[in-house]
Amino acid sequence: MHPLANKYIRKRTLPLIFCPGCGDGTVLNVFLRAVDDLGIFKELALVGGIGCSGWLPTYLQSDILHVLHGRAIPFACGLKLTDPRRKVVVFTGDGDCVGIGGNHFIHAARRNIDLTVIMINNGIYGMTGGQVAPTTPLQGRTQTSPYGNLEPPFDVCDLARSAGATYVARWTAAHPVQLLKTIKEGIEHPGFTFIEVMAQCPTQAGRYIEGTSNAGELLNLLKKRSVSQEKAKETPPEEMTGKFVVGKLHHLTGKKEFSQAIYESFLPEKSR
Amino acid sequence: MKASSRKRVAKEIVIDDQFCKGCNLCIEVCPRKVFAKSGKRNRSGYSMPQAADMGKCSACFLCEMTCPDLAITIIEENP
Repeated sequence: MHPLANKYIRKRTLPLIFCPGCGDGTVLNVFLRAVDDLGIFKELALVGGIGCSGWLPTYLQSDILHVLHGRAIPFACGLKLTDPRRKVVVFTGDGDCVGIGGNHFIHAARRNIDLTVIMINNGIYGMTGGQVAPTTPLQGRTQTSPYGNLEPPFDVCDLARSAGATYVARWTAAHPVQLLKTIKEGIEHPGFTFIEVMAQCPTQAGRYIEGTSNAGELLNLLKKRSVSQEKAKETPPEEMTGKFVVGKLHHLTGKKEFSQAIYESFLPEKSR
Repeated sequence: MKASSRKRVAKEIVIDDQFCKGCNLCIEVCPRKVFAKSGKRNRSGYSMPQAADMGKCSACFLCEMTCPDLAITIIEENP
């Protein structure tokens, strides 16, 4: 067992439930490193929704909430408002965050409440059997779109930025070093932080949309499809179909944080 | 001191056969091709990788960070 796993993980829950080669495990691995580097394990409170990625918090020995489908962000908002000193991190999937909980997501971003939302995007409802999700690419064949998906997918980072999030970044499971830096910055950032991690799903998205269940091949595909912001400016829009921009997409400082604003306006100075 | 004298050197790469699920992501992400299939199976029946060529390892920690099951540990020579 890795020393970090020995330090932070509930040992009776191991091995992880994820399929072999799943990107969720990489995110857990990188998140443990970020928490260890920052030394904030005692202040952490983790919230997970339903789905494969919603299971991630349950492996850590910190305080966790495992809540209703799509409702991870409202629970996290309540948690943050009860104790603003907590570092609240939400693990959610694409279906959980923008499918079922889409409204909660845009309103938390609008309020600029100090949460770190890590959305793991595999482009499909993986746990429930491979149904079409709001992030499934065009013409993607899934169990509920056997002739190809006709609905254009969400660009969730754009949605978060326009809704008012103050830190927006996107990486893939093939960029663990950059993801580590981003998660550390995101936890430290006072305001709504949205980190999208594009991850491979060998069992559902890989088999039905990409046509391979080899995790290594899927990881290379993710790497090939990610375009840096500098390159994206030069690339014409027709060549960007099927690709996505990675990096720190938006960072705004100085906007008022919601829990701080509430405590300042409703509580007298000494009881804060 | 020259920059090369600060180079990190890996002494050993331990792969935990209790948690490894044989996804072979370590073989795929390693830029120096240190890993190879070992041909052995662990107790759960997954085909295990092995650190075949330790001389090539530059201790970049990419395999350790990518491993989805936290099964790989790199032990450094001078941590």
